[in-house]
Amino acid sequence: MSMLTEGRPTKQEENIIAPDSATLKTHTGNRALMVDEPLIFETGSPDRSGVDLPAAPTVETRLGGLDRDEPISIPGLSEAEAVRHYTRLSRQNYAIDVGLFPLGSCTMKHNPRLNEKMARLKGFSDIHPLQPVDSVQGALETIYQLAEWLKKLTGMPAVAMSPKAGAHGELCGILAIRSALEARGDAREVILVPESAHGTNPATAAFAGYKVEDIPANADGRVDLDALKARLGPDVAGVMITNPNTCGLFEPDMKAISDAVHEAGGLVYCDGANFNAIVGRVRPGDLGIDAMHINLHKTFSTPHGGGGPGSGPVVFSEALEPFAPLPFVEKTEDGHFHLVEEETAEDHHESSFGRMVAFHGQMGMFTRALTYMLSHGADGLKQVSEDAVLNANYVLRSMEDLLEAPFAKSGPCMHEALFSDNGFANGLTTLDLAKGLIDEGYHPMTMYFPLVVHGAMLVEPTETESKAAIDQFIGALRSVAGRAKAGDELLKSAPHFAPRRRLDETQAARKPILVWKEPEEYAEAAE
Amino acid sequence: MRYLPLTPNDRQDMLATIGASSIDELFVDVPEDARLDGPIRNLPMHAGEMAVEAHMKKLAKNNSAAGDMPFFLGAGAYRHHVPASVDHIIQRGEFLTAYTPYQPEIAQGTLQTLFEFQTQVARLFGVDVANASMYDGSTACWEAIVMARRITKRGKAVLSSGLHPHYVSVAKTMARFTKDQLVSEAPTLEAATDGADLLDQIDDDTSCVVVQYPDILGRISDMSALAEKAHSHKALLIAVVTEPVALGAIKAPGQMGADIVVGEGQSLGVGLQFGGPYVGLFGCKQKYVRQMPGRLCGETVDAEGKRGFVLTLSTREQHIRREKATSNICTNSGLCALAFTAHMTLLGEKGLRDLAMLNHKKAIVAADRLAQINGVSLLNESFFNEFTLVLDKDTRPIVRKLADQKILAGVSLGRLYPEESGLAHGLVVAVTETTSDEDVEALATALEGELA
Repeated sequence: MSMLTEGRPTKQEENIIAPDSATLKTHTGNRALMVDEPLIFETGSPDRSGVDLPAAPTVETRLGGLDRDEPISIPGLSEAEAVRHYTRLSRQNYAIDVGLFPLGSCTMKHNPRLNEKMARLKGFSDIHPLQPVDSVQGALETIYQLAEWLKKLTGMPAVAMSPKAGAHGELCGILAIRSALEARGDAREVILVPESAHGTNPATAAFAGYKVEDIPANADGRVDLDALKARLGPDVAGVMITNPNTCGLFEPDMKAISDAVHEAGGLVYCDGANFNAIVGRVRPGDLGIDAMHINLHKTFSTPHGGGGPGSGPVVFSEALEPFAPLPFVEKTEDGHFHLVEEETAEDHHESSFGRMVAFHGQMGMFTRALTYMLSHGADGLKQVSEDAVLNANYVLRSMEDLLEAPFAKSGPCMHEALFSDNGFANGLTTLDLAKGLIDEGYHPMTMYFPLVVHGAMLVEPTETESKAAIDQFIGALRSVAGRAKAGDELLKSAPHFAPRRRLDETQAARKPILVWKEPEEYAEAAE
Repeated sequence: MRYLPLTPNDRQDMLATIGASSIDELFVDVPEDARLDGPIRNLPMHAGEMAVEAHMKKLAKNNSAAGDMPFFLGAGAYRHHVPASVDHIIQRGEFLTAYTPYQPEIAQGTLQTLFEFQTQVARLFGVDVANASMYDGSTACWEAIVMARRITKRGKAVLSSGLHPHYVSVAKTMARFTKDQLVSEAPTLEAATDGADLLDQIDDDTSCVVVQYPDILGRISDMSALAEKAHSHKALLIAVVTEPVALGAIKAPGQMGADIVVGEGQSLGVGLQFGGPYVGLFGCKQKYVRQMPGRLCGETVDAEGKRGFVLTLSTREQHIRREKATSNICTNSGLCALAFTAHMTLLGEKGLRDLAMLNHKKAIVAADRLAQINGVSLLNESFFNEFTLVLDKDTRPIVRKLADQKILAGVSLGRLYPEESGLAHGLVVAVTETTSDEDVEALATALEGELA
């Protein structure tokens, strides 16, 4: 059925002055599809529910006199309201599905929907972690197959599958290093971390009980090998290196770094956050690395979900393999899959540093990552890293005349391009440029990281963007960068078109409001 | 390749713009002897959806899915019915494929749901504040012990014998490296929890006492006396909740004086998933908020005075404080937190209370039926939806045998405590709203057969 449009004005009458859309007010405060959504505490009520349950049997309770008699005060919504609540909220989010997401070091690539479908097969989603192992052979085989892929892709002999995310994987690697050193009676106390490292690296080393010392970068944006060598000694347990590094560059001296650390009695941890750049082109195992975590939620396309869940398996060298955490999956000669836990570890894995997490790791992420790997295959994964690196270099060379690229002369970048705010006029900053990009319909790049570059902007387009999408992004970035260099004041108040203008983070931190309170409670607190 | 949009022509055009003659030139920094020439050997080539789906379905089929048979496992992971709309909500691409909300102007959807999540968790736990989630219950538990050390500047943590053995194991692994002292024992098959014994362990060196509620054997007891004793020694009470649905029926730990309450949120919205991803819950008293690990979402206003939400108090976190951060956690469990909060919103207080009572009363009926079997006795005097049966035989072989007969009978204490021969006759049985009367009868009949 077609809509009857006869008689309707198709263009504005000349004598009607078009209102200024910036100042036009609506009754609701909403603007068409941009609709504000109240909190459930303002719309729901504790006696409303979106779930129908059968009646409970009529028996006396046995709660030991601990019945919850005070109100819990958690409001409910009917299903109709709940679906609308979350759908409206979802529309206030930027996401990969909405557009290019150039967040450096985060690898925001397309999340294939086949992964989601496979993870929801009941044979994966509806099994309990403590079922007898004979009833979950397919799950154990899935973990085993994924482990085999990771070992082959990295050229490393062993992998721990249980770490829950990247930082948890870092912790796993550092604990294995510490265990290996302690096993040879070598109580070293210091971990060296490049100043360009992600904040989790020093935090992890400290969480594992180590002292942390910085190693400087050289003018090329790489680890200063001489400075590193000068610091190595009997107190240094190891180094944590990110390769490709956070300046978007491959560390060409990686093997020399590893050799130097090994010679001084230490071990080498590699932060694998940027593995997407090199899959199928080079194997970390060939660079002397002893442990490296892999972010399945970056390189292998499991969704970021607004901040997790992640999954951070850690590959190990022969030197660290005996110290890997429990549990892990073994395949016996007769093709049976066996779960090595505390009990069975004593037989042939007595050096393991123990358990880091309840159960066996992020199964829901394993099924997605394995689906992704099978889809791409060895050939596709190589193409992935090549296209990721190609796209980043294309951005780098399309921007370097306008935005300072501090290491552009160091050669090609890997899968991300780094720029600085050098040359911005009128006090405009990286933050202003980022907020300007929001108005252009983009999520900004990673800002102010790495710390070694002033006003750093780290752009990672990923391989799942078309040339047309990248050209359009470059056009937007050139426009905003041009405005920043010209000192356009309007950038200071950007974004103008997002669901919210700039938010007052100082106020949020000074007097934190972390839970909703009834309006009268607010009033009381203010008195 | 269906996920890669660049065509060979695009690649040539882009290389020309870059000024490189081939893709290999972009990898010039990789040392020559480490470069790989062809695709990695011994791995398959790319495959279409149908072929991949066939491969994955074959793996999935080789598992006994809980929904296909009588199922009674718990011990830290519970099978509840998740409303259909929850999975729809978390599959909205705007939630599923968003990143951590570092740009709040275009992440209000994620941020507002986190604010609602934090409020729900705080109210459920009976504490002032909660964070935006941890990896899971076991890691949240260790982080709480570390937080208590930071607050009290003491290194001795007293763990209840009723704490999940995996949680104990995680804490022991970490404490070996951090030099924290842990006091910990295996549970014994008694109706009462170890609350009275724990009272004697608290002294002026104690940073915290850690109590699971309900505990690993399903027992529940009042923690008020422990809180009082801990506070009199300037130590903290940490409560651990592995089954949050219980708090729709029993008093919140915060009401009994707990300073930090952590938990596993998997029960609501998330599903079993063979152990992960799950969602760690973390709440505490207001006065300790600046010592909390993990991300926090807070309310503020934008430049036009409109209410909005941001990640806040980030000076606790690794990206600002680096080695001085309260934790190294970065990515947490955002999407599982969304599933939890959506399920909780669908329930509301009434739905939660009804669900809890349904679980509890079904469990009572099941416990009484199973305890009628010759050679079976019920350990618990009080419990929520999980209880311990003591059989007159080793339970582990029985559980395995019943699994072969397509009955997933529960978690044997022999599996959880292989070193403790005194526990070998214990079987922890969980009953939820998904358990039918026929399921209970099937288990009873099978156990009768094994014990005859």
